[in-house]
Amino acid sequence: MSDVNHVLGLGDDALITAQRLAEWSARAHELEEDIALSNIALDQLGQARLLLTLAGELEGAGRDEDALAYLRDEREFRNVQLVELPRGDFAFTMVRMLFVAGYQAELYLKLADDDADTVAARPLAEIAAKAIKEVAYHLDHSSQWTVRLGDGTEESRRRAQDAVDALWPYTFELFETHPELREGWLGRVDPVLDTATLTRPADADVTFRPRGGRDGVHTEHLGYLLAELQHLHRSHPGATW
Amino acid sequence: MRDNPLWEVFVRPRRGLSHTHVGSLHAPDADLALRNARDLYTRREEGVSIWVVPAAAITASSPQEKDAFFAPAGDKIYRHPTFYEMPEGAEHI
Repeated sequence: MSDVNHVLGLGDDALITAQRLAEWSARAHELEEDIALSNIALDQLGQARLLLTLAGELEGAGRDEDALAYLRDEREFRNVQLVELPRGDFAFTMVRMLFVAGYQAELYLKLADDDADTVAARPLAEIAAKAIKEVAYHLDHSSQWTVRLGDGTEESRRRAQDAVDALWPYTFELFETHPELREGWLGRVDPVLDTATLTRPADADVTFRPRGGRDGVHTEHLGYLLAELQHLHRSHPGATW
Repeated sequence: MRDNPLWEVFVRPRRGLSHTHVGSLHAPDADLALRNARDLYTRREEGVSIWVVPAAAITASSPQEKDAFFAPAGDKIYRHPTFYEMPEGAEHI
């Protein structure tokens, strides 16, 4: 599973996640959380850099991480739609982090295991092995907050439940490439929601399951995100600090 | 979130050393205080163990009592081991 689009998809998931989290800088409810969110954003950005660099090498067209991050248009991005939705309130951000980190934790464990299979899988396995510890922390952080918000005040509970309801349909797209990972993911996510006294819809009740991110079909939100992410590089090519 | 209590953070830099006070932070409870401490004070591998203590649980000496508390020790030079001849060959004293 080392083809270009697969690696690109994982890199784009991490890049867009990082960008959405970075939007919290100086906006979180306390300094401590501000730093935590920025740390996690930088972890995701680090993963994105490694994955995009690898995708560029696999593609063999001379594109590096910057070319892939800054010079592709919306339709060329391969991230799932879940990560590009606007950051919402803090509950929305935490529940999304729970879903995304739970997925990345399952995925990276599997990819790190693929190491033995083929030489071609090895670079991706090495990136995954490095990322496992990072996403374990993201999963812990979002689990802690989901429980506190869900099992918190009336207001925090309402917001957390709204977030679960709004985000759940978008989680199905995560498992298009690796359907076998969903069971392990549910094993991570369901107990947290339970402890948080939150409910999620039964699969049979979810008919709206947006998809298409892996094929370059996105929500209207990604274009605005990319405009902010890319405009400096495009206005001043090669700009450095 | 406005009334999150204050926690004091102690980090042990490596095995065999004591936990040392490194600063303080706000958090709603002990679990999150520990995680915040990890993010704020061990970003550069500064430690292998963290303690968080509610700041309210610490009884501190008051600055006004500084003289009564500490000054009397100042002129008791016999409390310092300076009256002994150093034995020949004793190192690291």
